[in-house]
Amino acid sequence: MKHEIFETNVIVLALAIVVTISIGGLVQIVPLYTMEQTFEKVEGMRPYSPLEQAGRNIYIREGCYTCHSQQIRPFRDEVERYGHYSLAAESMYDHPFQWGSKRTGPDLARVGGKYSNAWHAEHMIDPRAVVPESVMPHYPFLAEKELNFDDASAHLKTLAMVGVPYSEEQIAKAVEDFTVQAQGEDGEGDVDAFLARYPKAAIGDFDGNPEKITELDALISYLQMLGTLVDFTKFKPELARR
Amino acid sequence: MNQATAQGAPEYNEDVVKLFTLAATFWGVIGFLVGVIIAFQLAFPALNLGLEWTTFGRLRPVHTSAVIFAFGGNIMLGTSFYVVQRTCRQTLFGGKGLASTIFWGYQIFIVMAALGYVLGITQGKEYAEPEWYVDLWLTVVWVLYLVAFAGTLMTRRESHIYVANWFYLAFIITVAVLHIVNNMTIPVSFLGAKSYTVGAGVQDAMIQWWYGHNAVGFFLTAGFLGLMYYFIPKQANRPVYSYRLSIVHFWSLIFLYIWAGPHHLHYTSLPDWAQTLGATFSIMLWMPSWGGMINGFMTLSGAWDKLRTDPVLRFLIAAVAFYGMSTFEGPAMSIKAVNSLSHYTDWTVGHVHSGALGWVAFVSFGAIYYLIPKLWGRERLYSLRFVTYHFWIATLGIVLYITSMWISGIMQGLMWRAYDQFGFLQYSFIETVEAMHPYYVIRAFGGVLFLLGSLFMVWNIIKTIGGAQRDEEAYEDVHHAVAS
Ligand code: HEC
Repeated sequence: MKHEIFETNVIVLALAIVVTISIGGLVQIVPLYTMEQTFEKVEGMRPYSPLEQAGRNIYIREGCYTCHSQQIRPFRDEVERYGHYSLAAESMYDHPFQWGSKRTGPDLARVGGKYSNAWHAEHMIDPRAVVPESVMPHYPFLAEKELNFDDASAHLKTLAMVGVPYSEEQIAKAVEDFTVQAQGEDGEGDVDAFLARYPKAAIGDFDGNPEKITELDALISYLQMLGTLVDFTKFKPELARR
Repeated sequence: MNQATAQGAPEYNEDVVKLFTLAATFWGVIGFLVGVIIAFQLAFPALNLGLEWTTFGRLRPVHTSAVIFAFGGNIMLGTSFYVVQRTCRQTLFGGKGLASTIFWGYQIFIVMAALGYVLGITQGKEYAEPEWYVDLWLTVVWVLYLVAFAGTLMTRRESHIYVANWFYLAFIITVAVLHIVNNMTIPVSFLGAKSYTVGAGVQDAMIQWWYGHNAVGFFLTAGFLGLMYYFIPKQANRPVYSYRLSIVHFWSLIFLYIWAGPHHLHYTSLPDWAQTLGATFSIMLWMPSWGGMINGFMTLSGAWDKLRTDPVLRFLIAAVAFYGMSTFEGPAMSIKAVNSLSHYTDWTVGHVHSGALGWVAFVSFGAIYYLIPKLWGRERLYSLRFVTYHFWIATLGIVLYITSMWISGIMQGLMWRAYDQFGFLQYSFIETVEAMHPYYVIRAFGGVLFLLGSLFMVWNIIKTIGGAQRDEEAYEDVHHAVAS
């Protein structure tokens, strides 16, 4: 019986297992690293600003992905409910991706600009004050916790190491940009220089408390930019990959 | 099946198997309990308490990790050590020191991971939430595990490696590969917990679900098939039905499974070719899955009457039935048209639980009930009637769970895509959330029953170890009663 060799030699069995399980993964994963066919050509994508990235980290920390997707499928009902279907290019700076797998709450891929900052602040602190039937957890502590992002440069540098195209300037000015975005025109910082580095970023106080920069400020800045970057007036599906 | 014979039976390391069995039971109850809590949170959101440590988003990974890695993992490690020693007629390689290092190392992994989630330390990748330092720790423990397991195989006193061990070995090797590749991250600082994944967007998604689906395929399937291949023949006292079938389904299962991941990413921005491959292989996977099911079932051929008198065997066989059911449902859900409805809904959650509760947990309960009297040298379990109560309470719980999630999932999927006569979307999102409420309550009660059943097991274990035997009516061996 030919199978004998696998049943009598551990090394042969182990190597055969390794080969057998490697094929599928290699075929599916490696080609995705040829960028041209994986990402559509779009205009407007930029890396996250330090405040947005801090907000994204809070989104991950709180496990918002356990209830929310960020991936709109190309169906009529989804496009009408949430907006243009998601493009691969839109999550190309997402480490890790947050497409999610469950919609206990609605998709958030294009929630940016849908509501005011004040709505978000109230909703995060007490969702049922805004939407009585909501089953979303309430997050009052986010509004209280002051956010310190002193190591913003280290974060951006790490992200640059994994492929996000942050410039030297963006890395050097990370802490400053963090404050400028959260204080907006009320602060001392150079808003124009910030906006040149991070076009379309929403600025100013987000959580209704200009006294301090809180975790809620960061989270809302992230929510407000979701899905707003790509310029869909210039996007041609027929020129994209499929 | 290979048996340790009286002459030359080595002294097996059973202490470590005892520890793993008790740890599995302990973590199982914790995992079920947290599952019940988060199920109630979805029905009654005030239970999130507004505290940062108790929200659904932080507790959900505690639940999934506790049941998969703590309950399932301890079962896998424990049973694999039990099975490999007996089927090789050899003591566990590496001695007692290595075995206890693996045991305690694994428990420390569990505690570090769970504490992290509650405190908000997570990678944000499903079923791979632990951060880089926990991942590194687990990698070391896992390599030691491979050394102990493969070392025992290499020093075996039997000529052939028994089929259960092929599955265990595939599980150990593949989980190592998946774990390392999916957790490639760069820490922001070596003194901090936060790291960023090397992959981004589409690539990260593909790697994640290649990992995620094969956590199901190799952790919760291949590993547990190994368990099935030892404990069902043992408990039924019959040889495995078909040796040839076990070869064919082993190789085809591990080859096909690894391709199935992209069915988690249908209609996303993952390129179409990858989605199509994922769906095709998922459908093909149906065949080797049922190969395993047939081999498990048919091992009982000629001994079906035992199901009436042996509640432990009933657990094992019902597990195989649930395995058959969920490995039929899975390929169906990977068909793109079906997936367009089921994805993002509770249908997926129900599907996972028919596999997790029906297959993984039931086959584990069967193994625990088999092992406890053997390991502690008791003549029999404290109570076989309790095993029956456990079985029916848990089965009722599963039925409530699965059916409520079918209804809520399909209903929500249909509501999302419903249009009124004017061509507008008929339901706002929140109306679909409201419609879920009764089903979330039913599901939570299904979970309560499942938890309650497991408490019968805990009591049974405690009493059995204590040496007690419950005064109860024994199960009649109907077959023999009639024959004689
Ligand atoms: C238990 C599941 C759950 C978790 C966890 C959760 N949400 Fe929600 N979320 C919901 C539900 C249900 C809704 C719809 C009802 C509502 O608006 O509150 C919702 C709505 C929202 C909305 C409004 C979307 C829209 O288009 O109307 C935003 C924004 C949001 N959530 C953000 C978050 C953030 C940020 C987190 C993590 C801090 C989070 N959610 C965690 C369930 C959840």
